[in-house]
Amino acid sequence: MGSRASSLLRDEEIEEIKKETGFSHSQITRLYSRFTSLDKGENGTLSREDFQRIPELAINPLGDRIINAFFPEGEDQVNFRGFMRTLAHFRPIEDNEKSKDQNGPEPLNSRSNKLHFAFRLYDLDKDDKISRDELLQVLRMMVGVNISDEQLGSIADRTIQEADQDGDSAISFTEFVKVLEKVDVEQKMSIRFLH
Amino acid sequence: PRARDAPSRRSGAGAMQPPTGPALASAPESAPGAAPGSSLLRWQWREVQAPCLVAGWILVASLAKIVFQLSKKVTSVVPESCLLILLGLGLGGIVLAIAKRAEYQLEPSMFFLFLLPPIVLDSGYFMPSRLFFDNLGAILTYAVIGTLWNSFATGAALWGVKQAGLMDEGVEAGLMDFLLFGSLISAVDPVAVLAIFEEVHINETLFIIVFGESLLNDAVTVVLYKVFNSFVEMGPVHVQATDYLKGVASFFVVSLGGAAVGLLFAFLLALITRFTKRVRIIEPLFVFLLAYMAYLAAEMVSLSSILAVTFCGICCKKYVEANISRKSRTTVKYTMKTLASSSETVIFMFLGISAVDTSKWAWDTALVLGTLLFILLFRAVGVILQTWVLNHFRLMPLDRIDQVVMSYGGLRGAVAFALVILLDGAKVRAKDYFVATTIVVVFFTVLVQGLTIKPLVKWLKVKRSDHHKPTLNEELHEHAFDHILAAVEDVVGHHGYRYWRDKWEQFDKRYLSQLLMRKSAYRLKDEIWDVYCKLNIRDAISFVDQTDRATSALWLCPACPSGERESGSGACLDLQVIDTVRSRRDKEDAVMHHVLCGSLYKPRRRYKASYSRHFISPSAQERQDKEIFQQNMKRRLETFKSTKHNVCSAKSKARLKKDGRKKVSSLGVAESEACTYRASPSSLLAAAVLVAVDSDDEESDSSETEKEDDEGIIFIARATDEILQGKKASGSLDVCPSPRIIPPSPTSAEKELPWKGDRGDLAVYISSETTKIVPVDMQTAWKQSISSLESVASPPGAEPGPHAKTLAGPAPEERHMMPEQRTCFQFPNPLLRSSRPQSASSPERTEQPELQPLMAPDEHGRMSTSAGPSNSRWLIQFNRHARFSDG
Repeated sequence: MGSRASSLLRDEEIEEIKKETGFSHSQITRLYSRFTSLDKGENGTLSREDFQRIPELAINPLGDRIINAFFPEGEDQVNFRGFMRTLAHFRPIEDNEKSKDQNGPEPLNSRSNKLHFAFRLYDLDKDDKISRDELLQVLRMMVGVNISDEQLGSIADRTIQEADQDGDSAISFTEFVKVLEKVDVEQKMSIRFLH
Repeated sequence: PRARDAPSRRSGAGAMQPPTGPALASAPESAPGAAPGSSLLRWQWREVQAPCLVAGWILVASLAKIVFQLSKKVTSVVPESCLLILLGLGLGGIVLAIAKRAEYQLEPSMFFLFLLPPIVLDSGYFMPSRLFFDNLGAILTYAVIGTLWNSFATGAALWGVKQAGLMDEGVEAGLMDFLLFGSLISAVDPVAVLAIFEEVHINETLFIIVFGESLLNDAVTVVLYKVFNSFVEMGPVHVQATDYLKGVASFFVVSLGGAAVGLLFAFLLALITRFTKRVRIIEPLFVFLLAYMAYLAAEMVSLSSILAVTFCGICCKKYVEANISRKSRTTVKYTMKTLASSSETVIFMFLGISAVDTSKWAWDTALVLGTLLFILLFRAVGVILQTWVLNHFRLMPLDRIDQVVMSYGGLRGAVAFALVILLDGAKVRAKDYFVATTIVVVFFTVLVQGLTIKPLVKWLKVKRSDHHKPTLNEELHEHAFDHILAAVEDVVGHHGYRYWRDKWEQFDKRYLSQLLMRKSAYRLKDEIWDVYCKLNIRDAISFVDQTDRATSALWLCPACPSGERESGSGACLDLQVIDTVRSRRDKEDAVMHHVLCGSLYKPRRRYKASYSRHFISPSAQERQDKEIFQQNMKRRLETFKSTKHNVCSAKSKARLKKDGRKKVSSLGVAESEACTYRASPSSLLAAAVLVAVDSDDEESDSSETEKEDDEGIIFIARATDEILQGKKASGSLDVCPSPRIIPPSPTSAEKELPWKGDRGDLAVYISSETTKIVPVDMQTAWKQSISSLESVASPPGAEPGPHAKTLAGPAPEERHMMPEQRTCFQFPNPLLRSSRPQSASSPERTEQPELQPLMAPDEHGRMSTSAGPSNSRWLIQFNRHARFSDG
């Protein structure tokens, strides 16, 4: 499988992806074979249905939001590059990455990029603010049906109030980062990609 | 209280026997003259001596604990185990001074048969099993390879020291003797580790690794000890190659056999507790008896008894907790903790007392110093090497600081001491030296390392397990993170440990749980959830009570996520109103926290590690999966619909039909949901009745009358209405002239309420996603994901029978409701009628939470704004399915 996948993937492409995302060669080929197996249309891109076919995603409360996060603004296909770019957010930060590359572009798996990924899941209208409604939507997805909407509403209010610093009744990205500063985002937003 | 008595008495009796040895020896001087002839009072010291001594020692140790705790300053610096050892030293000195010889030693038989099992059982039973299994790889590596390495390296190095001529001539030991000594001295001791690390509060991962290692290395220690012991006894010259092979083989036999014995007894225990409904009072006894039997059985066939009890505890817990009553659960918990803690106390105290017995000592500085040096050195080396390998496989590598703590946390304890005492002095001629060295090592590790580990952890800034309650934001967002990660892993699609765990859970759900859990435990699974909620409430209440009694009522309602809402939501004040008062903010925080942790969907990544949370059972997961699935599907359906405006709802419903599971519960659920949102319990009743009726033709008339009975249940009526309509394919509106529009409530959240719109299923939260373009072939995608989901999220639809049973709490109820008419729901009926209860304790309470979760599937019923043939077909199918599942 891996050899077939890598044969379909041009070497220079791998190199570019490697540079951009920080994945290793074998990780890229492995993920490429996953990509092709998801790609039922066999046209080199994934559509939303391709994602929705993954059974576990159907029982993930944020599944659809996360699927959406894979797609660039306004498009409904994602190619392998885009796929990898999204996945790169979840690469664990390695020790040697912490020190080097101070001047280069921020790696995709930096703390702030990880947080931004999460932030975008809330921020539907892309105004860099989580409004009460947006928060409420996500809340409704994440809690069981046995919480009433009044309760949810008050939770949302409380959450915003807790994070809100400039008094605009919404959570900006800076505020979002601020409230999560004690959280080990590096760990909690990373998964282990097989080598 | 009596139930509690039983197990403790058993163990008490157990602990009493062993000391008879030492106790009898000291008998004569304390039994003064037996009066001749008849006398009014007779001095019977001899008869009661043994138990009396045992009780006396335990009492002394326990009193000492009280004294230690008097001074916070001391206990915050010095671990209790150190204090106990010191106390033991003091007491031993006194005894020595008075009796002129050492008494009351820590007898190996007493230790292994009576003192150790409670501690191991306690740690196994309350082991955070998810955390444990998550780190099983690392734990096993450290336990097996680490211990092997430590034993051989220490033994060989000591032998080297001996060969170099640094040791006293008196130490008559060959390579085998040193290897034997290495095997017993190198094992990290669970008792000591637990005692020290519980006070240090390092982070969970580190704790579980060190502690898990200390438990599991028992198998290695036992095997090495036995193998080398037999080699020493045979004499090194007679050892043949086959003996080495036997040694290797015996490792697998001992460890796997021990675990197997544990599993067997766990199975038996679970099975027994399934049938203890009538004898609740002795339920806890079974737990202790069976676990103890597991220990003894393993010991009897010389398998690893620690492994047996550990696995027995870990594995039986889920089923036992589900089967036994809540009071029994409390009893088990407290008894176990009491036994374990008193055993631990006694062990440490006796360790101290035993150390004063200088007759067993034979000091050799080189041996002692060499041993100390080697065990520290080799432990550190071993940890570093193994961690280096393990880090290639871990998401979060163990960093330097973790490694330091792990190396330094390798405490030795009573196990090593007991093993060294057990050595046969005739065969192992250096026994006295070994004993002295072991005592020094144990004292050094427990006292010096135990004392310094806290400052060390502080100094290194090791991540502690932090107990601060996370803020709402943290809690929420971290939850979101977990969901995100779960999703990404699914996208990436690697099936690792988690995949197999899911498989196991399915197997467990389908077979094991059915076999080992009561039917009622199954049905009540959601009541476990309920219990959990009640726990939350209790927390909230106690919290509120501490500060302000007057307002407590206000806080009750938001604190109860499920069952309590019916009665509470009406009176619930808007939290924001009170928000301005500072002192109440905290309360609110607490309440919100409880609401959230009760109701947030648990991502697969979120493992319940803390002890107090063990009430939430994995079964909640399944119900939740269903819920989420339905919500997601609804959303997708919604976006699909919104993009194609001409798609009539009938069509979309036709698609819904494809999902058998949904169908089954959706009808009843629609009702229950509608009614749960109404405050009055009577509506619930009506809904239930109506549902039952709907499913059956003959009863439809009576349903009408029932419906008429209660006034305020608008939604129910409507939903019912539609269902009826669909079924009979008749104009339903005249059958049920219920208003379609609900009187809007003034809250702002109201626009979120799903039933507000004409189409009940269009919840507002979907709206912003409506722009999503969903191609037509989505239907196929759904079908696929649905069919695959059935294997993932729940047992396959092909087996509705077991399926119905497996579903967490609510579902079975729901299913039975259809064909069996009102049987299930009749019982709340009179209750509700007679007393429109606000009381929290009435039986319908237990019923409500079960209905509650069903709300999700709900709205499909309401979708049928246009009744059509498809509708009726749906219903028929639905009925059939319901019957099928029932039969």
